[in-house]
Amino acid sequence: MNTSATHTGSPQSADRRSFVRVMGVLSGVIALGHPLAALLPSRAWAVELRVLPSAQAAALLAMIRTIAPHDTLDDAAYALVVSAVDGEAAGSTQARTDLTAGLASLGDGFALLPEDARTLHLKAIENGAFFQSVRTKTLTTLYSNPIAWAHFGYEGESFSKGGYLLRGFNDLKWLPDVPPADSGALPFG
Amino acid sequence: MPRFELNDTDVVVIVGSGAGGGTMANELTRRGLKVVLFEAGKRQSLATFSQNPSEAFAQLTWLEPRSQSGTWDPVKNSPTLPAWHCRTVGGTTVHWTAATPRLQPYELRARSVYGDIPGASLADWPIDYDELKRWYQVAEKRLGVTRRNGNPGLPASNNFKVMHAGARRLGYKRVHTNYMAINSRARDGRGFCIQQGFCAQGCKTGAKWSTLYTEIPQAEASGRLDLRSECFVTRIEHDDAGRASGVVYRDAAGVEQRQRARIVCVAGNAIETARLLLLSESGRFRQGLANGSDQVGRNYCHHVLSFVFGIFDQPVSFWRGAVLAGVVEDENIHDPRRGFAGGYHLELAMLDLPTLPLIGLPYGWGRDYASIIDNYRNMAGMLVNGEDLPRADNRITLSTTRKDAYGLPVAHIHCDPHANDVAMRAHATGQGRKIYESVGAKRTVVSSIPPATHQMGTARMSHDPAQGVTNAHGRAHEVPNLFMSDGSVQTTAGAANPTLTIVALALRQAEYIGREAAGGRL
Repeated sequence: MNTSATHTGSPQSADRRSFVRVMGVLSGVIALGHPLAALLPSRAWAVELRVLPSAQAAALLAMIRTIAPHDTLDDAAYALVVSAVDGEAAGSTQARTDLTAGLASLGDGFALLPEDARTLHLKAIENGAFFQSVRTKTLTTLYSNPIAWAHFGYEGESFSKGGYLLRGFNDLKWLPDVPPADSGALPFG
Repeated sequence: MPRFELNDTDVVVIVGSGAGGGTMANELTRRGLKVVLFEAGKRQSLATFSQNPSEAFAQLTWLEPRSQSGTWDPVKNSPTLPAWHCRTVGGTTVHWTAATPRLQPYELRARSVYGDIPGASLADWPIDYDELKRWYQVAEKRLGVTRRNGNPGLPASNNFKVMHAGARRLGYKRVHTNYMAINSRARDGRGFCIQQGFCAQGCKTGAKWSTLYTEIPQAEASGRLDLRSECFVTRIEHDDAGRASGVVYRDAAGVEQRQRARIVCVAGNAIETARLLLLSESGRFRQGLANGSDQVGRNYCHHVLSFVFGIFDQPVSFWRGAVLAGVVEDENIHDPRRGFAGGYHLELAMLDLPTLPLIGLPYGWGRDYASIIDNYRNMAGMLVNGEDLPRADNRITLSTTRKDAYGLPVAHIHCDPHANDVAMRAHATGQGRKIYESVGAKRTVVSSIPPATHQMGTARMSHDPAQGVTNAHGRAHEVPNLFMSDGSVQTTAGAANPTLTIVALALRQAEYIGREAAGGRL
């Protein structure tokens, strides 16, 4: 995945971007040899942000990684959550105000703190609306995209492949088979 | 498809097109009655169903906001979705996972068998079990239930192999691939199950029974069904004699319309059914239509539900296959020595990503929480489905804080679990953990109370009009041509997933309405 140095995000300057509405950018490169590299059209990824400057986006990304820490899950998946939160803030003044205030409450340098310190910090604000909103967005977004599905081994959509009837729905070998009386024969043959 | 006149006083109006409403539409049109079937949601099809879980959720779910209160977990864990059911043609039969157990004889006599339990509002059903059983048999043939009437069981999946081995090791005897309204062989013009693992997103092969592609098209073929999808009924009106005279609704363009009716059947899923009755208050029915007993919305039951997961050293791939095709039946008994009244099923279950962290895990975040999801490949899962006790104050009311797009108060749900529910949950989840531990689970995980997928009791049938809303035919005690045709009529919850019972009662109610209408009494 993304190099280890960029686990908390690799915010880059937005200056060279020409899009007027872009505030910040999160970007990264999926490592050569990673299974995803073969699936995606390009190993490089970038998410443009409409509300968050890059430094705040990095703080948000660090917060999301602390809520749902999967060490070998690529930043590209986490950036989707940042993008979703940013998109919501772009759509409402109230959401923008809440997000800016929430991120400010994390303090400067949050993204650079060790995980234990970030966790302690988040514990203290856990019951607040800001944390709860980011937690919910993390669960709904982080685990519902093909990057995460490939990472966790979830095979997902099956109709186009004929379901799992001939693709391992009963291939478990480390326990005995169920006796016929409690099961049912396959629907053919 | 015919379009009946708005002022046609000869039509039967049905509100809701799910297990109850869709079945009623077929049965009443078959008997020659003209039916206008209202459905708030859109019509989907096998082709439009999505196996992207988030897309399917947005496409099928009743997403109108609700408010809630009480001590049950969804107040904190699922504030925007206390109940998970559908808003689409076919209703929750599009989303259901198709387990079709019967209620047991003792469950219809809960008050007599369990006794007077403080804090509960138990009552016996006004229907004899043999009578219900007769209709179960008709319903099972209609739905093609597996392991009944010569229909083979579904084949065991990986997830079920784990449940079966563990349950047998614990000494359970009645452990099998469940009674399922999913074709194990091609029948009824629909193919066999190919184990897609997406029962809850709409079955893209149609192997799972849903009124969307069985009862409703049959009713349409009769030429007597006027299906109005994307039409939301906001009020039931009555005449000077106190008989239901029609409904007020918003059409697909949001314009208010008024449909006259000879008979009104409400099948909006028990939460919305109660809300509609309460919204229909009038000078004559000041507490809401058919609510002189003040029982509308009360006794709301939703089952004792919990997910239990086992994490193993080796893969299970529990997402492959029919979701609920497995059951342990042994605990569906009344045995007070366990420390609670009533019983429960342990049913096979899996949750996709992202649904697992959204509703299937205890509240949490951080390292420990994430480590559960890291083991997704190696998880086995089951769902506790037990009888919860009715309580007068576990109820649906009109929200005082939230309104829908038309300015009408949304449903408010209040739930405080009874001590009996708490004791049953502890026992059932404990047995679930033991099942997995007995076959080598390195960790077990029990969910908090997930959003309610089974809604019952809010217009319950009762012998005594003071104790319920409807009689033994689901007919409102106070309004002779008003019927409830969904899970709201269940006098108690029992431990059975409700759809088979809803269909059985709808079939019975349709026969009654047909007979009464033909005899000029309705």
